[in-house]
Amino acid sequence: MSEESDTPPFSNVDINNDIREEDPFASAVQEVSLDPEVNDANEGLEKATIGAPPPTITTTLSSPVLEEIATERANNILITVTEPQKIGEGMSSYVAYRVITTTNMPIFREHEFAVLRRFSDFLGLHEKLTEKYLRSGRIIPPAPEKSIVGTTKLKMTSTPSTESANGSNTPGSVQSQFVERRRAALERFLNRVAQHPVLCIDPDFREFLESDTELPKATSTSALSGAGVLRLFNKVGETVNKITYRMDESDPWFEERSSRVEALETCLRRLAGACEALAHERRELAARTHDAARACAALSGADPHAPLSRALSHAADLHEKVEQLRLEQSNTDFFVLTEHIKDYLGLIGAIKDVFHERVKVFQNWQHAQMQLTKRRENKAKAELANRPEKIEQAANEIIEWEAKVERGQQEFDTISRVIKKELERWEEVRLTELRATILRYLEEHMKHQAQSIRFWDVFLPEARAIK
Amino acid sequence: MMDCVEDTNNDPLSAAAPTPSPATIDTKVAKKKPNETVSLVDNSLLVDISDALSEKEKVKFTVHTKTTLPEFQKSEFVVVRQHEEFVWLHDRYEENEEYAGYIIPPAPPRPDFDASREKLQRLGEGEGALTREEFLKMKEELEDEYLATFKKTVAMHEVFLQRLAGHPVFRNDSHLRVFLEYEQDLCAKPRGRMDLFGGLMRSMTTTTDEIYLGATVRDVNDFFEQETSFLQEYYSHLKDAVAKVDRMTSKHKEVADAHIKLSSCITQLATREQPPTERFLTRASETFDKCRKIEGRMASDQDLKLADTLRYYMRDAHAAKAVLVRRLRCLAAYEAANRNLEKARAKNKDVHAAEQQQAEACARFEQLSARAREELLDFRTRRVAAFRKSLIDLAELEIKHAREQQELFRKSLQVLKECA
Repeated sequence: MSEESDTPPFSNVDINNDIREEDPFASAVQEVSLDPEVNDANEGLEKATIGAPPPTITTTLSSPVLEEIATERANNILITVTEPQKIGEGMSSYVAYRVITTTNMPIFREHEFAVLRRFSDFLGLHEKLTEKYLRSGRIIPPAPEKSIVGTTKLKMTSTPSTESANGSNTPGSVQSQFVERRRAALERFLNRVAQHPVLCIDPDFREFLESDTELPKATSTSALSGAGVLRLFNKVGETVNKITYRMDESDPWFEERSSRVEALETCLRRLAGACEALAHERRELAARTHDAARACAALSGADPHAPLSRALSHAADLHEKVEQLRLEQSNTDFFVLTEHIKDYLGLIGAIKDVFHERVKVFQNWQHAQMQLTKRRENKAKAELANRPEKIEQAANEIIEWEAKVERGQQEFDTISRVIKKELERWEEVRLTELRATILRYLEEHMKHQAQSIRFWDVFLPEARAIK
Repeated sequence: MMDCVEDTNNDPLSAAAPTPSPATIDTKVAKKKPNETVSLVDNSLLVDISDALSEKEKVKFTVHTKTTLPEFQKSEFVVVRQHEEFVWLHDRYEENEEYAGYIIPPAPPRPDFDASREKLQRLGEGEGALTREEFLKMKEELEDEYLATFKKTVAMHEVFLQRLAGHPVFRNDSHLRVFLEYEQDLCAKPRGRMDLFGGLMRSMTTTTDEIYLGATVRDVNDFFEQETSFLQEYYSHLKDAVAKVDRMTSKHKEVADAHIKLSSCITQLATREQPPTERFLTRASETFDKCRKIEGRMASDQDLKLADTLRYYMRDAHAAKAVLVRRLRCLAAYEAANRNLEKARAKNKDVHAAEQQQAEACARFEQLSARAREELLDFRTRRVAAFRKSLIDLAELEIKHAREQQELFRKSLQVLKECA
C-alpha cells in the first residue's frame, strides 16, 4: 500500500527525458539549410506581405520545450496546387489537381517536381497522417471538408470551368468558385503539413508529393463506404467518451491552454460569422449596384438632353464597374479573411483532438495503475492467507502491470511534452499568420479604394461636361 | 411677438415714427414697399422651418416667415403646421384653374419613420445575440439614421414652401397666406380612412383622365405630344431608378453595419491575446470601426446626392405630367365649346353666348398652352442643372470618401506593421 503514495501520478514528469519515437527525424530537421530567399518565398505563399521572419522566440526561450522549437525553423518547401481539371464524366468523374513542389530539402530527390492528385488522395493523406501521429500528440492540419452537394453539382455540369480557378481571377460561376475555394484550401493544407518539422518528412507525405504513379485509391475516405460508417461510429463513441470522462487535470499548463483554446474557438467562430456576413452583404450590394446601373442606363436612354444622357450612361457604366469592384471586395472579405479564420477553426478542432488523445492515454495509464493496485492487494491477501502459488502468480502480475504503468506513464509524459511543443509552435505560426492575414486584407482593400478613386475620377469630367 | 416688435424697431420707417400702431406701419409699408419688392424679389417673402417636433405619429413643423409684402399683417410670424396641412395647401394649388398651366411644386412626402422604427424594434428583439457594445453601436447608428430621415423630411417640407414663396405667381396666393399666417389649425386633419379613400379616388380620376383624355382628345401640337410621351417614359424610368438606388444605398448601409460586428469580434479576440498581439488587434479593430463610419457616410451621401435628386425629379415629373393632363382637360372643354357653338348655329339659338363661350375657352386654352410650354421648357433646364450639380457633388464626395478610406488603410497598415 505504501508504495503507491510514493508515486503520485505526475511527480516524475520529466520534460527532458529522451524517449521520443520521432527522435530519428529530429536530426534530419536540423540539416535543413536556412536560405533566406526560400523563406521569403514561403511567406509569399502564405500571402504574407511582411518581410520580417516570424521569430518571437527570444521572449519565451525560458522553457526547454521552446528551445527545441528554436531549432526547428520553417522548412524550405513550397507547394502550389494548380490547374484543377475535371476527369471523366457523370458521377464517376472527379477533379484532379496539379501539385507542384519546389524545395531544396535533401530528403527529396529533386528540387522541383509535380504530380497529379485527386481530392480523395488528399483526404487519404490526411487519414494516414492522423493514424500515425495523432496518438503521439501531433496537431494534424485539417483537410478541407468533403462537400457532397458541391461535388455532385460539379460532377453534373458538363463543362468544367477551370479557367478562372487560379487565385487572381474573380471566380465567375458557383462551380468555379467552389473549385477555387477547394484548391486554395488544399494548398494551405499541404503547406501546413510541409511546414511541420515531423509531418514533412513522413514517407507517405513524400510519396504523395513525389510518386509519379497513381496512389492507391483511398476508399475509406468516401463518406458512404463501410469505413466511413465505421468512422462515424467511432466518432460517436469518442464524443460520448469526451462528454462523460472528465480527467482531473493536474498540469496547470494544460488546464490553462485548453480553456484558452476553448475561448479562442468561441471568439473565432463569432469572427468567422461576422466576416461571412460582411462578405455576404457586400455581394448583395454588388447585385443591387448592378440593378442600379441598369436603371441608370435605361434612364439615360430616355433622357432627351444629349450631354445629360451621355453623363447618365457614363454613370451607368461606372456603376457596373463599381459592381465588379464590390464583388472583388466581397471576395477579399471571403478569401482573405473568412477562409483563414475557418482554417483556424479547423486547426482548433485538431488541437482538441490532440487534447482528447492525451486524455485517452491518461485513461490507459490510470487503468494500468488501478490494475496494479488490485494485483498488489491480491498479493497481500495471498500473503495473509499464506498461499505461495498465488503469491507467485500475483508477483508476476505485479511485475507485468508495473511495466504497463511505467509504459503508460511514459506515454503520457511523451504526449504531454509533444503537445506542449506542438502548441507552442502552433501559437507562433498562428499569430504570424493572423497578422499577415489582417495586413493583406487591409492592403487589398486599400487597392480597391484606389480603384474606386480612379473610376470616379474618370467620371467627374463627364459630370462637369453637362451643359 | 417679441421678434416682431424688434423687427419693426429696426425698420428705418418706424424709427421716424417712434410709437406707431401696427396699422400705421402696415399702411406705410404698403405704400413704400412695392418699389422695393421689384428689386429685392427674393427677400420679400422668406419662409423656413425653424423647428420640428415629432410626437408619436405626427410631426409638427414650425413654419417661420419673414416678409415685406403688404398683404401680410406682420413682417415676421411663426405658425405650427402638420404634414396634412402641407398637402391641403398643395391641393388648393392644384384645384385652382388659374394655375392650370404651371407645374405645381410637388407636395412633400408623408413623414415615414416606419423603417427606422421597425429596425429599432428588431434590434431590441435581437439584443441577446449582440454584445452590449455592439448593441449600443447599432442603436447609435439607428438613431443617426432616424435623425437623418427626420432632417430630410423637414427639408422637403421646407423646399416645398420655399418654392411656393419664391414663385412670382404662387407667392401671391391667398391660401399660402392663410397657411403662413393663420395661427390656428387649418382643419386639414386626416379624416382617417375616408380621407385616404378620397385621396385614392382623386389619384384614380387623374390617372383615368390621363388615359381617357389621351385616347379621346386629339392633340394637334407636336411639342406637347412629344412632351407627353417623354414625361411618361421618363417618369417610369425615374421611378425605377429611385427604387434601385434606394435598395443599393440601404444595402450599403448594411455593409457598413456589418463592420460593427467585425470590429467588436476582433476586439474580443484581442482581449484574449498577449500584449503585442492585443495591441495589434486593437488597432486593427479601430481601423474597421473607422472604415464603418466612412462606408456609412458614403451610403448616406449616395442617398442624399443621387437617390434624393432622382426622387425629387420623379415627383416633379409627375407634377409636369399633371400639367399636361390639365391642358388636355382644357382642350376637351374647348372642343366641347366648339361643338356647342356648332349646335347653336345649327339651331340658330343662343349663338352669341356660345360664341363668347367658345372664344373664352379658346383663349383659356391658348393661354394655358403657352404657359405650360414655358413651364415644361423651364422644367427641362432646371432638371439638367440639378442633375449636373448632384452628379458632380456625388462624384466629388465618392472620391473624397474613397481617398479618406485609402488613407485610413494606408495609415493603419503603417501602424500595424510597426507594432510587432
